[in-house]
Amino acid sequence: MSDSPQKLDLAAVRARLEGARGPEYWRSLNELSATPEFKEMVEREFPRQAIGWSEDENPDQGRRNFLKLMGASLALGGLAACTRQPTEFIMPYVRQPEDLIPGRPMFFATATTLNGVATGVLAESHEGRPTKIEGNPEHPASLGALDVYSQASVLGLYDPDRSQTVQLNGAIRSWPYFVTTFRDQLAQQKAKGGAGIRILTETITSPTMAAQLKAVQAIYPQAKWHQWDPAGPHSARAAAMLAFGQPVNTYYDFSKANVVVSLDADFLNSGPASLRYARQFAQRRRVGEGGEKMNRLYVAEPFPTPTGTKADHRLLLRAGDIEKLAWTLAISLGVAQGPKETDNGDINRWTGPVSRDLEENKGACIVIAGEQQPPIVHAVAAILNEKLGNVGTTVFYTDPIEANPVDQVASLNDLVKDLDAGAVDLLLILGGNPAFTAPVELGMRDRLKKARTRVRLGLYDDETSEVCQWHINETHFLETWGDARAFDGTVSIQQPLIEPLYNGRSAMQLLQLFTEQPDTTPYNIVKNYWRDQHKGLDFEQWWRRSIHDGLIAGSALPPKTIAVRGEALATRVAPEKLAGKFEVIFRPDPGVYDGRFANNGWLQEFPKPVTKLTWDNAAFISPRDKQRLGINSNAGEMLKLTYQGRSLNAPVFVQPAMAEGTIVLHLGYGRTRGGNAANGMGFNPYGLRTAKALWHDVGLEAVKTDGEHAFAATQDYHALDADNADRHIIHRGTLAEFKKNPESVHEGAEAPPRSLTIYPEWDYSKGYAWGMTIDLNACTGCSACIVACQAENNIAVVGKDQVRRGRIMQWMRVDAYYQGSEAAPAIYNQPVPCMQCENAPCELVCPVQATSHSSEGLNDMVYNRCVGTRYCANNCPYKVRRFNFFLFSDYETPSLKLLQNPDVTVRSRGVMEKCTYCVQRINAAKIDSERENRKIRDGEIQTACEASCPAQAIVFGDINDPNSRVAKLKKDERNYSLLADLNTRPRTTYLATLRNPNPEIEA
Amino acid sequence: MADQQVVERPTEEQIIAPGYSFASVTDQIAAVVLTKHTPKFWFAAFSAALGLLFLFLLAVGQLLVYGVGVWGLRTPVFWGWAITNFVWWIGIGHAGTLISAILLLLNQRWRNSINRFAEAMTLFAVACAGMFPILHLGRPWLMYWLFPYPNTMGIEPNFRSPLVWDVFAVSTYATVSALFWFVGLIPDLATLRDRAKPRILKVAYGILSLGWRGSARHWSVYETASLLLAGLATPLVLSVHTVVSFDFTIGIVPGWHSTFFPPYFVAGAIYSGFAMVLALAIPLRQVYGLQGLITDKHLDNAAKVMMATGLIVGYSYIMEAFAAWYGGNTYEMAAIAHRMFGPYKVYYWILISCNVIAPNALWFKGIRRNSALLFVWSLIVLVGMWLERFVIIVSSLAQDNLPGSWRLFHATRWDVFTFLGTIGLFTFLFFLFIRALPMISIFEVRTLLPQSRVKEEVQG
Repeated sequence: MSDSPQKLDLAAVRARLEGARGPEYWRSLNELSATPEFKEMVEREFPRQAIGWSEDENPDQGRRNFLKLMGASLALGGLAACTRQPTEFIMPYVRQPEDLIPGRPMFFATATTLNGVATGVLAESHEGRPTKIEGNPEHPASLGALDVYSQASVLGLYDPDRSQTVQLNGAIRSWPYFVTTFRDQLAQQKAKGGAGIRILTETITSPTMAAQLKAVQAIYPQAKWHQWDPAGPHSARAAAMLAFGQPVNTYYDFSKANVVVSLDADFLNSGPASLRYARQFAQRRRVGEGGEKMNRLYVAEPFPTPTGTKADHRLLLRAGDIEKLAWTLAISLGVAQGPKETDNGDINRWTGPVSRDLEENKGACIVIAGEQQPPIVHAVAAILNEKLGNVGTTVFYTDPIEANPVDQVASLNDLVKDLDAGAVDLLLILGGNPAFTAPVELGMRDRLKKARTRVRLGLYDDETSEVCQWHINETHFLETWGDARAFDGTVSIQQPLIEPLYNGRSAMQLLQLFTEQPDTTPYNIVKNYWRDQHKGLDFEQWWRRSIHDGLIAGSALPPKTIAVRGEALATRVAPEKLAGKFEVIFRPDPGVYDGRFANNGWLQEFPKPVTKLTWDNAAFISPRDKQRLGINSNAGEMLKLTYQGRSLNAPVFVQPAMAEGTIVLHLGYGRTRGGNAANGMGFNPYGLRTAKALWHDVGLEAVKTDGEHAFAATQDYHALDADNADRHIIHRGTLAEFKKNPESVHEGAEAPPRSLTIYPEWDYSKGYAWGMTIDLNACTGCSACIVACQAENNIAVVGKDQVRRGRIMQWMRVDAYYQGSEAAPAIYNQPVPCMQCENAPCELVCPVQATSHSSEGLNDMVYNRCVGTRYCANNCPYKVRRFNFFLFSDYETPSLKLLQNPDVTVRSRGVMEKCTYCVQRINAAKIDSERENRKIRDGEIQTACEASCPAQAIVFGDINDPNSRVAKLKKDERNYSLLADLNTRPRTTYLATLRNPNPEIEA
Repeated sequence: MADQQVVERPTEEQIIAPGYSFASVTDQIAAVVLTKHTPKFWFAAFSAALGLLFLFLLAVGQLLVYGVGVWGLRTPVFWGWAITNFVWWIGIGHAGTLISAILLLLNQRWRNSINRFAEAMTLFAVACAGMFPILHLGRPWLMYWLFPYPNTMGIEPNFRSPLVWDVFAVSTYATVSALFWFVGLIPDLATLRDRAKPRILKVAYGILSLGWRGSARHWSVYETASLLLAGLATPLVLSVHTVVSFDFTIGIVPGWHSTFFPPYFVAGAIYSGFAMVLALAIPLRQVYGLQGLITDKHLDNAAKVMMATGLIVGYSYIMEAFAAWYGGNTYEMAAIAHRMFGPYKVYYWILISCNVIAPNALWFKGIRRNSALLFVWSLIVLVGMWLERFVIIVSSLAQDNLPGSWRLFHATRWDVFTFLGTIGLFTFLFFLFIRALPMISIFEVRTLLPQSRVKEEVQG
């Protein structure tokens, strides 16, 4: 290189200038810039270290290295982005897809499943990305409403922690490589008839998958299929065998029930038909509309559930005592023999009046047993319903909806036996998380390792994947085809909304590998199955119609009449006594369920009904047990729980309205390998849960131990009476009083006259005037509205620490208030969105007019203009404003960007936000109506909370339209404004809640 | 400083010690500035202040990088220490203007020896106060949106919001205080110019003194300007804290929404302002040996003002509780009950001891005349007044209308650091001031001398 001047790079320039200071520095720089080397360097445009040139390649910065690095970063970039890059054309739609108008969302019908049972949904898609899940109004399980799990499933789709690759022992492998090895294994099994093959699935109702499994068993007759769902209806299955001698599916019609007795059944908020039940139940709570008789609900339960909060009579019984109540009712109604009195005075007080009430409403009442109650309680309930003539009017039996309704504990035990015998060569685990959720005594985590080859299909690389050699990344239900049955057997076709983000595979695809057509696409798998099923000639049309509607018309299983076997109630086992110990109760968590949703920030962060706890489970104890356990504070002290020789440390949360002597543990927490949001949250009650006592048992010992836990609950215990009576937060009364004097529910509350202001009135009478009513008599406090709002409005998840610091961002909240003694109070729920006050205190004080009133009465929030003085939030008496104390919105994670609703601003740090009545939906409807030169129709706009509400407690509309539902409801005698005495004139008003107590018990 | 020997201990009622001459007054005050030997305690105090100032920069840096979430703010307590500090500092600033303007108009000659540093204190306190409304914004870089500047979007601030009134009140106050202070400095700057030895100081003081030569015409213009500014500043003493109190009274938060806040806040402001004057004057006159100029009579007078305003404040507390009870409003009653017996009761009862019980000790001359005790008392008052604002703001917000939203505020270390930091900033500025400018008005103190009075009498 002697002929060319020495090459320069930035480091060399720096080296030359080093030591030069002040004038000298500039001189040196000048001198240097005049040299040919420097000029060459400038000409080359890029300093040499950026790209290694050929001649002077060195090991650190050469071309080869460059290529290596680029290759690696491409690979890594591919990993991080992890979308299969389709052929990319950057051009406008030359051929615009049919129906697609950029900027307008499209809705597709599909279905979500929980424990295998479907709920029909409509997925909102913006330019190809699903952003929001709504209920499918035509689906019997949804009726347009949606629960929290399905709402949040769209976040699960974009969860950055989802597993994104096929792995063998943690190393990335290709799908074809897996297929080859898998088919090799199958070939070996062929000779043995598949004797070494075991398939472990969750509960399956999918007809297609059932057919696939049958096909597998046809090819490999010795292969076995096992099912395990930790929070499935184990008792109901066993009860069907006990009561009817055959598997039976039960569902109810609450719209015809005048009296409902719930034996620890949270039918309004859990179970595959709870949305429908809540709708039917709420219809019977509306007074003044239709003139139907208001129903009466008796609930006996150990722990407050949304259903319990609606009870006209709520009896606190520990889970084991529910059976006692069931028996006494049976005895009292003459279907069983025995003493009418029990040792429990509360039960005795109830039995007479409740049985009389039931008898008076023969054929129009329901006795419903909780899913977590033992089979005998279900059997008693079945006999009572039969005796009361409810079967066929309010209670319906059908053939099972599950493909194979086996006793799942036995099924799991069979698998364990085979594992121990070394008989399992190939174990295929499709979904679920058995290593985490199986009964503790099975030691599933280690037992699974006894299978020679373990293949796991899962959304997450979780605790089960950890003990499997193969992990296949599963497709989310929004990414693939499928089908499933609803509570009544109605089949929904699940259609995908998006290409698999991470090239995942579905369970159907894995099962297809057993067959001779291993490459059949999920679409064809489902379609082929239904082509075989559908007999008519119009298959294509029928198929399109079924997909479009989200359900196969007429696929509901026909109700059948079966008599309860006489010997069902033959044996009565004496209930076990507490004997100084505690009763342990396991329940699926209202947020993370059995643990499957543990990495879903929305489900972790929405305050759970009644407890208002976020991001945690707890050892819930009754206030009466505090002293006995030596607990001083209401939350955070630690207990050592010992049951059947296993122990667990759990933090205490004192929960009013809980049965004495019980400790309730919610499953699903304590994940160790569940993703960033799941790991390290809460403790794992599966560590105490045995097959013998899946739901409850006596014999738990609890001892206070050292340590402290910080909970993130969003609300403390507040009583409606005592100090707060004069605030008139929840207007309430009994049906009898209300009928006598409708004003009685508002007694004592004041509302100043409209003239009481020195400002001139704004005339809202022209155009639209948006308003909302919330029927407290219908609201169950299920909190689906919170998650719906979060999904619709791009509300950030802030994490447990920030929730503890009071920075939760959800616009909607559901307050819970207690009335009566702390140990056994009545509970009232109150959803609180923005009240959209006409005299809004927030608007007056904003110095920059970032929150101002629209002519339609909306209290608008201008995020752009907000400087963040937070004065508006201070001055809001309803405290519905939320402030971005930090940059809470995720601006970084690529997959989460796809989730955002493009019609709603993603808020930055330092900005106030709040409920806007879903102004984006209002404006979309206005554009539509203006184009069609008409007014917006009533019901055309549904706010996200309204749409999700199963009880239809929330009604939104134009109060200027006298025929709108909301205008009519505002004329209802129960209508009132929260904190009306402040003269804020809220547009959101409430309908007072009424109880319909049985005068016999009341006295 | 040989002259000091001549000065005798002033008797109780004297506002300047006998024995001072025009020259010795000038010598003693100017010497503090013009000496080459900066005293050790100055360095000590200054470096402590500098340390706190760095803490302030750290805290503010943290705040600007991450957001106001670094403080303990939460739903529903959206205002916490920042607004407490703002009101506290603004209140402290009041004493300076009161002394320089109102006492000037009322012809209270004893003010002459304390008005200069009291005014400086005002300025620095307002500087500290003025930062908080900006720092506490979610997006502080947009604070200019609070000003009615012409813009293409045609948006102006919301003139119904008390926060906009605050912007005007505080900025007017800061401007007038600064002007008043500077105009009052001109004759003394000229004195320093004439006395300074190094050329650089001569030039600097020369520029600042605006060509003051002390001619009769200058004095005449000066007196007019000074009176006019005093006239301007007088209503400000009342208006600023009145407007600050509107930040609360305009809100409908129970515990804020009350009509007597303006007089109550003004009294409280003067109360804490005089406490700060005492807290500064007592150690200063000790270390600089200025007992002859800032006499016990000054302290006594200041203590009396402090006591009088303290009693008004105490009365306000009683009226607050009475009005809540008499008004019968359930929210107001609950707010007062929460203050007294709720989660913040400790703060409340400490502030009651500081602001209601403690000032009554000042009925006794023995305490008023004991400068060490008075110093302690002034600190008690400062603590009490800070707590008063804290309790008003935080306790009212924490438990307002809907119990379901009630939550308590817990300060973080960044809250504490920011507050300590402004104390550092204040001290830093104050020590710069006493080193670079005469902390006592030379020419005004000279008018207190018997010599000046004799001449007037002769002439009269």
